[in-house]
Amino acid sequence: MAAAERAARDSYGRLLAFLAGRSRDLAATEDALADAFERALRTWPRDGVPERPEAWLLTVARRLRYNARRSEDVGQAASATLQVLAEAAQAEADMADFPDERLKLLFLCSHPAIDATIRTPLMLQTVLGLNAQQIGAAFMVAPAAMGQRLVRAKAKIRDAGIAFATPSRADMQARLQAVLEAVFAAYGTAWQDATGADPMLRDLSDEALFLARLLAELLPQEPEARGLLALILHSRARQAARRNAAGDFVPLQEQDTRLWDAALMKEAEANLLAAAALGRPGRFQLEAAIQSAHADRFRSGVTPWPSLLGLYDTLLHHAPTFGAAVARAACLGEVYGPDVALHAMADLAPDAVTYQPFWAARAHWQARAGHPEAARSYDEAIRLAGDPALRAFLAARRALISPWQPPCPEPPADIR
Amino acid sequence: MQYMILNYEAPEDFARRGDPAEAPAYFAGWMAYAKAISEVSPRGGAPLQGSATATTVRLRDGQRLVQDGPYADTREQLGGFWIIDVPDLDAALAWAVRSPGAVRGAIEIRPLMPMPAGM
Repeated sequence: MAAAERAARDSYGRLLAFLAGRSRDLAATEDALADAFERALRTWPRDGVPERPEAWLLTVARRLRYNARRSEDVGQAASATLQVLAEAAQAEADMADFPDERLKLLFLCSHPAIDATIRTPLMLQTVLGLNAQQIGAAFMVAPAAMGQRLVRAKAKIRDAGIAFATPSRADMQARLQAVLEAVFAAYGTAWQDATGADPMLRDLSDEALFLARLLAELLPQEPEARGLLALILHSRARQAARRNAAGDFVPLQEQDTRLWDAALMKEAEANLLAAAALGRPGRFQLEAAIQSAHADRFRSGVTPWPSLLGLYDTLLHHAPTFGAAVARAACLGEVYGPDVALHAMADLAPDAVTYQPFWAARAHWQARAGHPEAARSYDEAIRLAGDPALRAFLAARRALISPWQPPCPEPPADIR
Repeated sequence: MQYMILNYEAPEDFARRGDPAEAPAYFAGWMAYAKAISEVSPRGGAPLQGSATATTVRLRDGQRLVQDGPYADTREQLGGFWIIDVPDLDAALAWAVRSPGAVRGAIEIRPLMPMPAGM
């Protein structure tokens, strides 16, 4: 993202948050702000950029919003009053910097009364100014459908009277978790596109990083916000190593650490340390700590598997997810050998049905153990993999255990 | 903002109303809630008799179609309602979860539609 674009993005969210906080009507505020930006594009090249561009945009957006409201109230047009108000707004805007209310906007977008699946798109639109076309592309939803869902969510906020406020102390942890999860979902969506080939998804990864940095900056006393930032930074640091020159998938353990981004890893470590100093561990800090342990290979050349196993145990205690349980089982293999990994995976198998990473991990350890089921697990992992590069990688691994054969057909019933 | 709190009671809670051992505690809970909520409820509200007392009517082609029973055949049934005036949804939610019916039943919160002055 170019510096100018970043600045515009920064301004957009700040302006929208400030204006929406007063009107509670996100859609109408967005319209007014879009109108103000459009006027800026028209007049600034002619008249020159105002001394304080943000104050200019704020004043114009406010005036437009005010005009719109007046015209909704039939018979109450009073241009004199309007002029006075506009001038007052100008004066106020000129007087002082307006406060950064984006944190409230983030909490608003991830309020529990908003459907969980629309929270991330809503953040991307309101805080960052992305349009339904861009968001729809990233989430593989038709732009019109995404637009409709965003409109509905904004109408719910306005009509149900959802507060534009930071949550009370009692609600803070649960509400913050929802904000962090929504930001992480944006990153997760981008992460699926490993090559960065899709420009929309590459941007989305930038946006998620922007939001994570913003949250860590606005909530310096919340260790999980820094944990999420550290997690995304570590993950981003490996972007260039996830594919080789030929575009083939490279698993984490085989990545060339010289391709990892030292500056991003350093920023990640600083945030993780600052989070740990606050003494309140949580899911994102632990996930970041796991990535930090993997980053050890950059310095020492070895991955500290026993430490990773301990981290996975703690993570499962804080946030027992299936993905973490599978990763822990694989970690057991690195520490204690294939049999222990496969034993743990056998316990997970009944719930694994369509969870691709489980089948990939099981295939790997079965192959290491010379287990006859390895080929079948690879087949399942290949079948469930969405990414062609990952499928090709798994097929190559499968070919190493036995000559490639199509999966055996089911025998007819009378033979069984 | 004004909200309606619709209290959907679970069958177990409805049953407590008629159980001599349970009824006093059941009604005491609702009395306490009604008293507390009156602070923010200028237009009041009321508990309702059980859904067995409900009658549903529709007008079709000028004909009244009257039916025994509640409109929706759901496990939880509307057991009472309040209208409250509070600043925002979070405040309304805070009142809703204080309802004795929240533990086993479900509480729906709906904003009242703002009406032009004079209506």
